[in-house]
Amino acid sequence: MRASKLVYSLEMSTAKATTPKDSAAQPAAGSKPFSAGIILVAGWMIPGLGHLMQGKWIRAVLLFVSITCMFSLGLAMHGKIYSANSGELLDMLGFVGDLGNGILYVLSAFFGWGQNVVQVVTADYGTKFIVVAGLLNFISAVDAHSLRLGRKS
Amino acid sequence: MYTPSHFTAVLLFALFTSVVFGITQRSETRAMIRYGVYCFCLFVLGTIAASWVMWLIKH
Repeated sequence: MRASKLVYSLEMSTAKATTPKDSAAQPAAGSKPFSAGIILVAGWMIPGLGHLMQGKWIRAVLLFVSITCMFSLGLAMHGKIYSANSGELLDMLGFVGDLGNGILYVLSAFFGWGQNVVQVVTADYGTKFIVVAGLLNFISAVDAHSLRLGRKS
Repeated sequence: MYTPSHFTAVLLFALFTSVVFGITQRSETRAMIRYGVYCFCLFVLGTIAASWVMWLIKH
């Protein structure tokens, strides 16, 4: 009786050790070369790169095209690029949104793209396009991170 | 300078946002497409509805 209980508990512990949930949460070493943190940062810096690093190239291309087009259209409409040290709360929130564009924001700050003052209606649309592109890129980077951790297929 | 009409801006905004929402909020390809189309329709129809509400308030 005790021997059968021992065999049963051994079988259960073996079964627990190889559940699909655990294997998804802890992927085999070497099968995925990039860590979740690297994928998160890469997806933030370049839209879609986090997905590309995991072989999801169609999703990566669609994300890259969507976010880059939205950012570019915002610039083409003479949208405003927020800076960090404005002091106004709404401007600081706009800066956080803009920062989501990653390398696109760095380039725009470096080359002085975008307007400082919004003077026409389309420039206001453009400002919103740039902020929303950054926020969408945040979502995209977190999605790539979730893919890497196995929370999403 | 690119100066789209308000409706063109809405269509562009809805298109790009729906693509990202579809990819990030669903796991399977068919569900992604369906959710993307759903979001696009909600964005556009919601904007048209809000426009009519504003027109009614003004008049």
